[in-house]
Amino acid sequence: MTVIPLGVPRRLLEFTIDGAPVRAPEGSTILDACRAAGKDVPTLCQGDTLAPKNACRVCVVEVEGARTLVPACSREAEPGMEVRTDTERARHSRKVVLELLASSVDLSTTPRVAGWIKEYEAKPDRFGPDAARLNEEPRVDNELYVRDYDKCILCYKCVDACGNQWQNTFAISVAGRGFDARIAVEHDAPLTDSACVYCGNCIEVCPTGALSFKSEFDMRAAGTWDESAQTETTTVCAYCGVGCNLTLHVQDNEIVKVTSPHDNPVTHGNLCIKGRFGYQHVQNRD
Amino acid sequence: MDLHFGDSKPTDDERAAVDALLGPPESSWEGAARDEMRAADLRWARGGREARERRDLLLPGLHAINDRIGWISEGALAYLCRRLTVPPAEAYGVATFYAMFSVKPRPATVLHVCTDLACAAAGAAGLCAGIEARLGLGSGVSVERSPCLGLCERAPAALAITAGEPVRTAVSAPATVEAAVLAASAPDSADEEPPAATAVPQAGQPGLTLLSRVGVVDPTSLDDYRAHGGYTALRRAFELGPAGVIREVTDSGLVGRGGAAFPTGRKWQATASQPDHPHYVVCNADESEPGTFKDRVIMEGDPFALVEAMTIAAYATGAHQGHLYLRGEYPRAMRRLEHALAQARARGLLGDDVLGQGYAFDIEIRRGAGAYICGEETALFNSIEGYRGEPRSKPPFPVEKGLFGKPTVENNVETLVNVLPILTMGAPAYAAIGTGRSTGPKLFCVSGSVDRPGIYELPFGATLGDLLTLAGVRDRLRAVLLGGAAGGFVRPDELDIPLTFEGTREAGTTLGSGVVMAFDDTVPLPRLLLRIAEFFRDESCGQCVPCRVGTVRQEEALHRIVERTGADAAGDIVLLREVGRAMRDASICGLGQTAWNAVESAIDRLGAYE
Ligand SMILES: Cc1cc2nc3c(=O)[nH]c(=O)nc-3n(C[C@H](O)[C@H](O)[C@H](O)COP(=O)(O)O)c2cc1C
Ligand code: SF4
Ligand code: SF4
Ligand code: SF4
Ligand code: FES
Ligand code: FES
Repeated sequence: MTVIPLGVPRRLLEFTIDGAPVRAPEGSTILDACRAAGKDVPTLCQGDTLAPKNACRVCVVEVEGARTLVPACSREAEPGMEVRTDTERARHSRKVVLELLASSVDLSTTPRVAGWIKEYEAKPDRFGPDAARLNEEPRVDNELYVRDYDKCILCYKCVDACGNQWQNTFAISVAGRGFDARIAVEHDAPLTDSACVYCGNCIEVCPTGALSFKSEFDMRAAGTWDESAQTETTTVCAYCGVGCNLTLHVQDNEIVKVTSPHDNPVTHGNLCIKGRFGYQHVQNRD
Repeated sequence: MDLHFGDSKPTDDERAAVDALLGPPESSWEGAARDEMRAADLRWARGGREARERRDLLLPGLHAINDRIGWISEGALAYLCRRLTVPPAEAYGVATFYAMFSVKPRPATVLHVCTDLACAAAGAAGLCAGIEARLGLGSGVSVERSPCLGLCERAPAALAITAGEPVRTAVSAPATVEAAVLAASAPDSADEEPPAATAVPQAGQPGLTLLSRVGVVDPTSLDDYRAHGGYTALRRAFELGPAGVIREVTDSGLVGRGGAAFPTGRKWQATASQPDHPHYVVCNADESEPGTFKDRVIMEGDPFALVEAMTIAAYATGAHQGHLYLRGEYPRAMRRLEHALAQARARGLLGDDVLGQGYAFDIEIRRGAGAYICGEETALFNSIEGYRGEPRSKPPFPVEKGLFGKPTVENNVETLVNVLPILTMGAPAYAAIGTGRSTGPKLFCVSGSVDRPGIYELPFGATLGDLLTLAGVRDRLRAVLLGGAAGGFVRPDELDIPLTFEGTREAGTTLGSGVVMAFDDTVPLPRLLLRIAEFFRDESCGQCVPCRVGTVRQEEALHRIVERTGADAAGDIVLLREVGRAMRDASICGLGQTAWNAVESAIDRLGAYE
């Protein structure tokens, strides 16, 4: 959900989406307008709390007069634009992007992607059994969260969340180039040797589950993770006076992870180590 | 910002390399020893904006360490980060982006042996094997296979870089095993490179415009440059005033020579009229397109011309600071340009009061570090600013938000040098050269199966056949690659294609940066295509999925069909077409968008796998 602050009233732009006239406030992206018009454009790297990086290219649409396709998540709407979201050309690129991704990384914990693969008739297997894959081992080097880069689509969200967009800790970055590019701390050291302060804001924004709570990782490994059996309760963090909202995910009467609502105008889904991970005392029943 | 630098310490050498660039640290906040508590330590901690404003020294800092030690250790990186207040994770991300840097220990000498198209055709594979046999383990030399070194006229080529104080370089081209090994083991006694003019078969001939001084003028002498007409164009510019210069450039019909063929006058006008200040001028001297070496020859043979042309561009667009982004593998061009800048400064042709006209302008050279993608205009800005050389998405365009987020005009070396004749001969005379829509003279980089490879200057409109005849094309021509790896192949029966932007477009191909590589039928086409695919896979920045993964899938498919034709290749060709189409349509920048061009043209025009 995008929170549009109710500031100075914005001018409405008029343009068309799939032939139908639409109006959107100045500064909206094509994606905002598509969603307002009830169109479902797939997105992976777009983050509701982050500036769009437009790296995955799964949201591409056709804009009349543009030489290439245009990422809906980041291109601002302009008056008179003629946008087409569902052309053969746009569908082709989305299909191939899904194939390229699904053939190189593990998307099994990426929400919605299975549906898009079906919808676009993507066949990730067609690059053959020898197609290069990431093949990374999960990195379990601390008690709080696990980095499983085999699932990483390199959307840059965690880098932006840890860096200048939210956390300002700059513990992680993209290192290397091309297919060898990976999220890493300096000299690819363990997280415990880095600047990480374990706020978990990177986990909050990761779209694929490449970053996950150690609790979730362990339960998945044990086969006990069951989202359908979980309840979510949003409450206020009890640690300090800021009043951050916490959403407790509870399964079998145990807190299994903590997220935070993105539409909170103060925290936008960000927490600190205590709010995010400091829940064991709550369920210490000895 | 909350920075964490770890506790690895630099060695004395590493510290000295960084301090030579940045000066000694003023306080222990930025890395001075804590035992000698300095007065500054009690008074300030440099941080926040002031420190972040030095982020653009990150790339020069990495070069300083790599030049002195040969690689970048944890301690050295941490020290540099402390000096510049850059988060180590980000600096590591930058250091690992560039091919010329290593974050693992390696020998002080690295020998880059080109295995790209022209060199491959000239026997690079055998050369590499020979060099590796001679320089086994323990030789103290690391042999690295390199993309095009921009020495294609002297293929095969090798470049040796020996870290130390000072760093030493030696070029061997055309390289033999003996010469390359000598360059790597004793750079100071290696043969002197031939003068730049040897790359210009027409050197000294009358009728040349852009190349008229190469081989004629002493590239180290400002006086000689002036004696050969240097700085008359800048005088004329001051007479015309900025708007007058832009009018001339617009009327001349000049379009950019960097590959995208954008009208230069329009770009200058758009930058000049931006209300936001400062404005910047950037010269794109990255030249890493395989088969391109024209900019190198200009910079080595006529460096003052580029300095003068950048000054004119700055004056016209209202910039007081210019950046010349030079490809890291061009040590001689670097030395020539540094010398030219120093002379121009000493003589008041750069600095606070250019030519006594009260106009301030100066130029800084920024050295790339081995990344083709940094030639893309916005990636180049990121690289200068100390970030990973990843293209930005456009809009906004550089004329509005370019270097450091300010209005920037970025031009190719050859484009800029064209401005000199435009001003000296006047726009109408210039526009009369060439054809209606492609005006002026054009440089072509001819290499491969020809007798006289090199840079040729021809007015737009000459045919491909004319050019190849000049260069002495050999019998049994099989294919010509026009426009470099991002361009396309044409057949030997298509030599009447006029070398103009519109003519090549009509023929369904492109002029690109002016590359013409000829291949006779001894060159195995599938191997060549594989090399092109490998180049794009290696050079993709990795930011967007169609290019990061698409270039890998393209290379895999070409591997599978390298020895197949017809029905055996058909399935993979379908795959290539589908992936290629998505790369062209959905990639962020020109690299991914063009990565399939050459292969597609080889399949469609040459029948590569029939
Ligand atoms: C992947 C890629 C690499 C490029 N490399 C170069 C280069 O090495 N030199 C250059 O002048 N332009 C290069 N360009 C084109 C530049 O982005 C830009 O269009 C050019 O520098 C503008 O100058 P011009 O208008 O004078 O041609 C490259 C573009 C792409 C997409
Ligand atoms: S947990 Fe917080 S500090 Fe650590 S990497 Fe993630 S965002 Fe950065
Ligand atoms: S770890 Fe997650 S958030 Fe970070 S780049 Fe990978 S997929 Fe994106
Ligand atoms: S097209 Fe390739 S080089 Fe360009 S931004 Fe995308 S990944 Fe990087
Ligand atoms: S969601 Fe738009 S490019 Fe990724
Ligand atoms: S120098 Fe080897 S191909 Fe250009």
